[in-house]
Amino acid sequence: MKQYELVIGLEVHCQLATKTKLFCGCATDGFGSTPNSRVCPVCTAQPGALPVLNRRAVELAFQAALALDCRLSEQSIFSRKNYFYPDLPKAYQISQYDQPFSKHGKLAVAVGGLTKTIGITRIHMEEDAGKLVHDLGGTQLDGSLVDLNRAGVPLIEIVTEPDMRSSDEAYAYLTALKEVIQFTGASRCDMEKGEMRCDANVSIRPAGQKEFGVRTETKNLNSFKNVKDAIEYEFRRQVELVESGGKVVQETRLWNVEKQITVPMRSKEDAHDYRYFPDPDLVPLVADAKWVAGLKAALAEMPAVKRARFMADLGLSSYDAEVLTSDKSLADYFEKAVAAAPAGSAKTVSNLLTTEMLGRLNAEGKTVAQSPVAAGHLGRLAELVAGGTLSSKGAKDVFAKMWETGKDPKALVDSLGLSQVSDDKQILEWVKQALAANPKAAADLKAGKQAAIGRVVGDVMKRSQGKANPALVHKLIQETVKA
Amino acid sequence: MDLTEFTAARIATIVQNGEVTAEAVAAAHFARIEKLDGTIKAFLAVTKDQALAQARRVDEKRKKGGKLGLLAGVPVALKDNIQLKGVETTCASKALKGHLATYDATVTERLKSADAVVVGKTNLDEFAMGSSTENSAFQKTTNPWDPACVPGGSSGGSAAAAAARMCAFSLGSDTGGSIRQPAAFCGVVGLKPTYGLVSRYGLVAFASSLDQIGPFTRTIEDAELALSVIGGHDPRDTTSAVNAPAAPAPAPKDLKGLRIGLPKEYFIEGLDPEVEKSVRAAVAVLKSLGASVSEVSLPHTKYAIATYYIIAPSEASSNLARFDGIRYGFIDKGATNLQEVYEMTRGAGFGSEVKRRIMLGTYALSSGYYDAYYAKAQRVRTLMANDFREAFKQVDLIAAPTTPTPPFRFGEKTNDPIAMYLSDIFTIPSNMAGNASMSLPCGLSKKGLPLGLQLIADVFQEKKMLSTARAYEAAQPFAALKG
Repeated sequence: MKQYELVIGLEVHCQLATKTKLFCGCATDGFGSTPNSRVCPVCTAQPGALPVLNRRAVELAFQAALALDCRLSEQSIFSRKNYFYPDLPKAYQISQYDQPFSKHGKLAVAVGGLTKTIGITRIHMEEDAGKLVHDLGGTQLDGSLVDLNRAGVPLIEIVTEPDMRSSDEAYAYLTALKEVIQFTGASRCDMEKGEMRCDANVSIRPAGQKEFGVRTETKNLNSFKNVKDAIEYEFRRQVELVESGGKVVQETRLWNVEKQITVPMRSKEDAHDYRYFPDPDLVPLVADAKWVAGLKAALAEMPAVKRARFMADLGLSSYDAEVLTSDKSLADYFEKAVAAAPAGSAKTVSNLLTTEMLGRLNAEGKTVAQSPVAAGHLGRLAELVAGGTLSSKGAKDVFAKMWETGKDPKALVDSLGLSQVSDDKQILEWVKQALAANPKAAADLKAGKQAAIGRVVGDVMKRSQGKANPALVHKLIQETVKA
Repeated sequence: MDLTEFTAARIATIVQNGEVTAEAVAAAHFARIEKLDGTIKAFLAVTKDQALAQARRVDEKRKKGGKLGLLAGVPVALKDNIQLKGVETTCASKALKGHLATYDATVTERLKSADAVVVGKTNLDEFAMGSSTENSAFQKTTNPWDPACVPGGSSGGSAAAAAARMCAFSLGSDTGGSIRQPAAFCGVVGLKPTYGLVSRYGLVAFASSLDQIGPFTRTIEDAELALSVIGGHDPRDTTSAVNAPAAPAPAPKDLKGLRIGLPKEYFIEGLDPEVEKSVRAAVAVLKSLGASVSEVSLPHTKYAIATYYIIAPSEASSNLARFDGIRYGFIDKGATNLQEVYEMTRGAGFGSEVKRRIMLGTYALSSGYYDAYYAKAQRVRTLMANDFREAFKQVDLIAAPTTPTPPFRFGEKTNDPIAMYLSDIFTIPSNMAGNASMSLPCGLSKKGLPLGLQLIADVFQEKKMLSTARAYEAAQPFAALKG
């Protein structure tokens, strides 16, 4: 069998995190609420209603584009994409066609330890359609109902070049893209709420061939794993088809997640003629240079930059930096905690966060925002460790209490008497008692056998209920033995 | 005294100072409607209860010492493509029969807050497509000057209602002459403001880049008054201009220094001799007032109709797509699947002229034809706008006939769409260029039918145009309809 190369391009829709819809003042929080409770004359296409572009949506879209190294068009045009469907109230979608607001971007992604740059062809803005609820042949309805809560919700569509060559690359691209978009705050990218959706364009070509093969577009991919699975399936299907003498036809296919296959949806011949033309109700969108400069300045630090800074400035390992920048809210939380901790204790904060908090969040299915431990409190916990008030063991115990109560660690330490003992006299007393209780270990130590120290330290810790400052314990044992 | 003989300005004054009540003014007009509209059939809906309630509110407000608005107690009629909340807005189409408007158009809001009283909704060619109002799905409006003649169109109902004094003034919409042509045919003043001067929010769109709302009045002062209330920026229409219209001003003593141009392309073969004679006589009056007159050229006029019948239907094909029976208006209950819902609903809902234009526009926007038709028409449109720009370097105003013929008879052009389209040949160019223009009465034909003089001004030069019209009106009072 010939070797075939897989070629992938992705089209990703992200819902912009605005409070209101793209062309009217209706709220965008309609997901899961009463159908048609977020509607007005504009988004239900009452006769005579007109769209007004949401400035905040434009700002978020611009920031996403800037973060993806796109060039912003000085002027872009909203066009009408005309087709009939009951979830599309105006019978056209306001979108951008031949003059999108941004082009020529790129995103670096890490695959198998290597970095690869994926080209971004364009990003454009458009409005979402509504939702149909079908109950054909049903006992209550035998028909379909239309919910327009989602109609007019702002989206950006990010289209890549056909730059990906494996399903792993596609997966890595989506992961990196989601990270970047979330970091800009342009979208929450919650796939379960449909805030991020992906279509995959897949083709194959004999290894070494320059020309691209005929591509299929697969829709209905609701998770990154679906994207990966569907790409792999399409690759196998297309190779088998070509190997058995067939030809790949340009068509739109649907991913069937139960059967793990793609099925044809419509062929090129059935494709709509959308009769795009510039929407005469909307003036051209002008990217004013001053406005763009302000948005650029306000742009959040991107994950790759943040990771590098965490390693260089805060001394974190690449693993910890990776974990902490995997999610914008986690990175923000970490930085807030570090700000509340004394200089040089970022590592302590990172350890507490990754070992104590993340596990508990996962176990309880909570987001960082829902953590009962405030970032400032975590910083103060690190301060107590740095100042010697708490041992690392003590810090773990205090963290557990913070998780339970949501209280300030200082207050907990005081009220629980968890404060580390750094009082020389008290520790010396415990050391003397421990040496007396362990004569063999005491003799070994005197003879220079350092291995014996563990037993004595353990005894001191027991007597102090774990509160003795370990460094001080070590120092005083050595001094006492030598004396 | 017959309150229906009073101008809007006079009614507002005497209602404001308490000489008459708004209720009495409304009652007088409803009596007039009852007397005449059985023959004229200008109204699709008479909103007597709403109107009397509003009139009483105005009177109540005055009694309590409140300051009344600029249109206190002025009875106004709205073309039935302008939204009036709670009242049927049909656009004279079966597609919207029974549809109650869910909101007020911006112009409606402004009229109401100026204490005007809306007396009813007037007949039009279905969706404002036509030049005789014969395309109404519901009734034929007759010309108040001669019941055998059409009132012009598409705003025939509004023109007839204002001419027959069934309201003090009315609003229409002008996409290719739909205010000016019926104003000329009915012997009233019809003003098409500069594109963007009056908000389109709540005007059921025909061709969004051409549509403009304007008033029908019996005096120039009333046109100024109406415009000053309905005009000015509206944040709900992003194509609306920041410019605000001027307040009414007295007629100038003379027109010294004013340069008037006569476009040679408008005085051509096919222009009715009676029309030409009356327009030239009107120009002579302007000259006698001190204006200088010269010939100008608008070389692309010959492309006006062809260009218009690509752009307007293209936009209409998209604008009217929302009338699909899904959310409001007519739905053919016999449909058994989605395709049938669309085909049967739209097939039965729209009249033949509307279908003709939807098909024209759908074709012109189709993939493969877009560049040859729509894109090219837009370029020609730019040339037509340049024609005016050049002309307005030489002259202040352009004077021309409003229509090529006097009012025609019912059925005269209904079987020949092209002949019907040609009746807008002199009015379309101002819509294409977006500039201001108006029609004012300039005498009667031998048969006693009204003839119209068109004044055309550069964009936002309404003040210059209206003050010239006032000087003409003072020198040559308009013929009043008897009875």
